[in-house]
Amino acid sequence: MSSNAAAGHGDHHEVSFWQKYIFSVDHKVIGMQYLFTGMFMALIGGFFVYVFRMQLAFPGQEVLGFGTVSPAQYNALVTNHGTIMIFWVAMPVLIAALGNFLIPLMIGCDDMVFPRLNRLSYQIFLLSALIIIGSLFVPGGGFGGAWTAYPPLSANSQYSLTPLGSILWVVAVALEFVAFLIGGINFVTTTMNSRAPGMKMFDIPMIVWMIVIASILFMASVGPLIAGAVMLLFDQTMAIGFFDPAKGGDPVLWQHLFWFFGHPEVYVVLLPAMGIVAEVMCTFARKKLFGYKTVIYTALGTAILSFFVWAHHQFVSGIDPRMANIFTVTTLLISIPVAEMLFVYIATLYGGSIQFSTAMLFALAFLVEFLIGGVTGIFLGSSAADIYFHDTYFVLAHFHYTFVPIAIISVFAALYYWFPKMFGRMMNETWGKIHFWGTVIPFNFIFIPLFILGTSGQHRRIYSYENFPDLATPDMQRLRVIATTSLIVMLVFQVPFLINFFYSMFKGKKAGNNPWNSNTLEWVAPSPPPHGNFAEMPEVYRGPYEYSVPGRESDYWPQNEKP
Amino acid sequence: MEYFIERASSYAADIDLVILVVAILGGFWFFVAQGVLFYFIFKYRRRPGQKAQYITGEKKEEMKWIHIPHNLILICDVVIIVLAIKVWYGVKQDLPPAQETVRIVGQQWSWTFIHPGKDGLIDTEDDIAVVDELRLKKDTLYHYKLESKDVLHSFSVPVFRLKQDAVPGRVITGWFKPTKIGSYDIQCAEMCGIGHGIMGSRLHVESDEDHNRWLEQTSRG
Repeated sequence: MSSNAAAGHGDHHEVSFWQKYIFSVDHKVIGMQYLFTGMFMALIGGFFVYVFRMQLAFPGQEVLGFGTVSPAQYNALVTNHGTIMIFWVAMPVLIAALGNFLIPLMIGCDDMVFPRLNRLSYQIFLLSALIIIGSLFVPGGGFGGAWTAYPPLSANSQYSLTPLGSILWVVAVALEFVAFLIGGINFVTTTMNSRAPGMKMFDIPMIVWMIVIASILFMASVGPLIAGAVMLLFDQTMAIGFFDPAKGGDPVLWQHLFWFFGHPEVYVVLLPAMGIVAEVMCTFARKKLFGYKTVIYTALGTAILSFFVWAHHQFVSGIDPRMANIFTVTTLLISIPVAEMLFVYIATLYGGSIQFSTAMLFALAFLVEFLIGGVTGIFLGSSAADIYFHDTYFVLAHFHYTFVPIAIISVFAALYYWFPKMFGRMMNETWGKIHFWGTVIPFNFIFIPLFILGTSGQHRRIYSYENFPDLATPDMQRLRVIATTSLIVMLVFQVPFLINFFYSMFKGKKAGNNPWNSNTLEWVAPSPPPHGNFAEMPEVYRGPYEYSVPGRESDYWPQNEKP
Repeated sequence: MEYFIERASSYAADIDLVILVVAILGGFWFFVAQGVLFYFIFKYRRRPGQKAQYITGEKKEEMKWIHIPHNLILICDVVIIVLAIKVWYGVKQDLPPAQETVRIVGQQWSWTFIHPGKDGLIDTEDDIAVVDELRLKKDTLYHYKLESKDVLHSFSVPVFRLKQDAVPGRVITGWFKPTKIGSYDIQCAEMCGIGHGIMGSRLHVESDEDHNRWLEQTSRG
């Protein structure tokens, strides 16, 4: 099938800019559309966090570039920061951008099996992004009921005071899910059907495996939440009362539907990040991945277990207290495959020859920081400790120690690593390293103070702590100022990245096909790959991580090189 | 934990024990993993003329480096599970007999506390309803009956290490026993709308005499 399609690509004809970049069905262009949309949404999410962190550090004062923050605005900013960063930044960049760009290149085919579905996926996604942005400007303001959108607050405008904002929020989120369902079908089908001749299941590069497992996980878990979103929409617009106790409904039902998806979602974004780190680490340590199959099995184990942990978000939400015991057991058990995966990665470094490129630094930072996020999760999975920590800044700091490594640090590793393939030019390494240290150091100075605040009892989503005498102490305020200052430093250090990124795109050093001497198939294609990807469709003779094989002159052995 | 926040209920120390045990076990693995990671990063940095080793990680003697820590972590997990469930049972599942009962009602954006009057019973005529102030006697075992009039709220008393969501349409019963005299914050820990940030109350734990004096004054007033 791919050879037929490749022949089709042979008859090149000039296409308009419009066809080439806007309504393209080429997987690389769609990947770039997702990447740039995701980066743009990250700027919005970053601006939101700047505004509300300023409000927390300097309550009531005017925020440069925004003005004073009202409680309603504060809630809308917090809510949409979370929503945007997860659904419009982490998901599109980690799954859709990398999946679209990398899967056909890494498995050696010319495009996705359903290119038009792929285009539809992005178009729906773009629509959902426009709706979520638009929802902030409607009368009444954006939805402010937290990204988890618990009813009755989210279901009833009499309580939320955002009649239009909450409806648009639900519509946007539901559309985004539809976009990713369509994309997920494509990733799984393409990987199963269009691999280059000779590529067996265990020759597939880890990131492709991870995106496939994540897509299956997403598709299997999102159904209940799409149903939930429709129910919520009915409650909002027609007052049906699925979640309204006065009409026989139950607000806690939403929490089950939400977290049945919401917790697997954590692993939906974690797995691709682990995949990125595997690719980058093997290349820059010149090492074979330690226990390739172990990584796949632990990923599958994590994915399956993740369906049975959701109620640890609801220990104190009014569920039967006996249920908490079961979910404590499953939640702590999931620490085992995840820890094992991290050990495998650490073991991969053993006996390596590590080159500290910017991509490698970000990959190593992922392991260092994600470990903090993982260990602090144990506190929250232990039901008794969670009674205290639930809904405090400890939770917030914990999941930022997972999501920032996942959606920011690993994504930077991916961008520095695959930039030469994406744009055919190299990024500047010196500026890359400045960007690296300027991102990772302030990151820790944001969230370590927040761990301390959470442990001292500070609860989440509060506009100003002046109303809580125990939390309004000068010591605690000082920690809030440290966190906000560090955030601003971290945001400022993204400027060199953006300049480096866009400057290198046009003026960087020419990259060549394989600048990192890497094994996987994407490095066989020209940089940037043309429509149809490969001049000659590759064949595969070995696994993806045959680095430093004894008895060979060169320390790498591309998958397509004839033995 | 007491360094960060006081303890003022009978089960606060139990919950702090769980936190401490998790901190010790989790902290141990954290430092082991980080230590090994940084050691490898330093030891195996690129040096001219030195080639990386070829290790598949699929042989038995190589896999043991993953399997041994794997099993040790499993043991740590079991310890934490047993302890967490034991303490959870005492705080949330078990309901020791009450000496007094208070009714707690959340609404946008305040807490109403219905204290028993001089007869020591609620839902009688001499009940005392106070907005945003809860007065409790030290060393008395209370049941709380938690309700919400509109959206989800969460009754949270950090010094008690207690948190429980209030769900409209339900009355949720639980217990606490204050052990330390003083005034403390009561929070609403669940997003409940634009006034969520002002939904704070104060808890006063007082001696029997002070509490009775307050009862006298309030009933007379």
